[in-house]
Amino acid sequence: MNIDIEEIAKQFGTTAALHPVSLAIPSGTLVALLGPSGSGKTTLLRILGGLEFPSTGRVLFDGADATGLTVQDRRAGFVFQSYALFRHMNVFENIAYGLRARPSKTRPPGAEISRRVNKLLDLIRLPDIGARFPSQLSGGQRQRVALARALAIEPRMLLLDEPFGALDAKVRKELRQGLRDIHDATGLTTVFVTHDQEEAMELADLVVVMSGSGSGGRIEQIGKPEDIRARPNSDFVREFISA
Amino acid sequence: MTHIPHNRWRPATTEPALVRWALIVLCLAMLAILLVAPLMVVFDEALRRGWAFALASLSEPDAQAAIRLTLLVAALTVPLNAVFGIAAAWAVTKFDWRGKAWVITLIDLPFSISPVVAGLLFVLMFGANSALGAWLVAQGFPIVFAVPGIVLATLFITFPFVARELIPVMLEQGRAEEEAALTLGASGWRTFLTVTLPNIRWALLYGVLLCNARAMGEFGAVAVVSGKIRGQTTTMPLMIEMFYNEYLSVAAFTMAGVLALLAFVTLTLKTALEWRYADQLAASHRH
Repeated sequence: MNIDIEEIAKQFGTTAALHPVSLAIPSGTLVALLGPSGSGKTTLLRILGGLEFPSTGRVLFDGADATGLTVQDRRAGFVFQSYALFRHMNVFENIAYGLRARPSKTRPPGAEISRRVNKLLDLIRLPDIGARFPSQLSGGQRQRVALARALAIEPRMLLLDEPFGALDAKVRKELRQGLRDIHDATGLTTVFVTHDQEEAMELADLVVVMSGSGSGGRIEQIGKPEDIRARPNSDFVREFISA
Repeated sequence: MTHIPHNRWRPATTEPALVRWALIVLCLAMLAILLVAPLMVVFDEALRRGWAFALASLSEPDAQAAIRLTLLVAALTVPLNAVFGIAAAWAVTKFDWRGKAWVITLIDLPFSISPVVAGLLFVLMFGANSALGAWLVAQGFPIVFAVPGIVLATLFITFPFVARELIPVMLEQGRAEEEAALTLGASGWRTFLTVTLPNIRWALLYGVLLCNARAMGEFGAVAVVSGKIRGQTTTMPLMIEMFYNEYLSVAAFTMAGVLALLAFVTLTLKTALEWRYADQLAASHRH
């Protein structure tokens, strides 16, 4: 799905979180929103997911205005920074949640839900953990379960907030490849937020470098990793990607 | 090299044996003097003239009416305050709005205000001397010196219990799980039922138990609004005082014993549930 962000700005009370930003994301791209804290990258991601609404500007999904679409109707698979797994449900129920929440007309029957959950558990290469609770999983396992839960609703796009933030360096590297594989297998337009330039450069097709200031976050440069590396368009980008 | 005797070593945060013993003894002594001894006295006095006599004092119509009224008041106020408490905790923790800090302070008001003053407030508001009270009496629905007043006063006194238990838990858990449910397509109501409520159920249970204990035991505020009409507006704590003032000490202490037993049942229930669901409790705290 193509995503077009047109002059989106966000104010929280009197604080500006996002200076008007525009960005076109072609269908199937893996995009990194890269920037320091306070650059508005998470706000932008939450606006895409329908968890925040922009103060001004529009969001288009495949050319259709989606600015006012409710979070439920967006069908965005969202992976939260600390994964936000439902702590009182086991892994199976976590992944099945979105399917069970559907209205009865479109809800798959129980056997079909089981089949799909098991297929997703295979996809994240954790076929045997359905009965476990989130507190019994490692950080890396939790991240993959969160990913499977987001994929279960057959989302139109995948949005990830610092998906590797809470993991140690070794697991990070493995899961980076895991995300790349899942993206390539599903072909979903995927946007992830990170403050780690190495992660963005290695993983993403398209990197959006953002910076923060008193008047809110703004986009400094949009480009392929190699282009940004070869031709940073400002001192900020040059310094940030060499950090 | 100086020799350090091995037996003097102890972890930095552990006190010397003498201090530890002193603390434990002090703690047990306090418990014995302030809790166990008075309870023993209550039951001893109640049973001074035997079980039959004690039970006979409970079967008096006035005593029966007091027990029924107390159970009715608890049955009305506890569910209402559970709902109010959840609503208040939700409003305070799940979204931001102006005046939130004020509301948090106001929730605590019943804790800091004397129950007698609380009772007087209701008498002033709904008593026959106020325009509203006079009108209500004319409609045949008096509030003061009647059951509605007792329920209102008890609601006021027990309002903070559920909210106070829930607010810290809900603050700590944050909003991420609810947000996750919404992105997965769940409605607000479904999110509340399947995500929020299961996550707060322990805190809610504690709040409800505390609320119930206080609702059954409240004296001051209820004494002011009830008018102490025997058999009609007399709750168990009020009945105990009346019996005692009339030198019916067996009746007074028997009813006090029943009230204490109700508190015991509440405590036992709580402990049993904690024990039964220890693993779930631990899991929900750890994650």
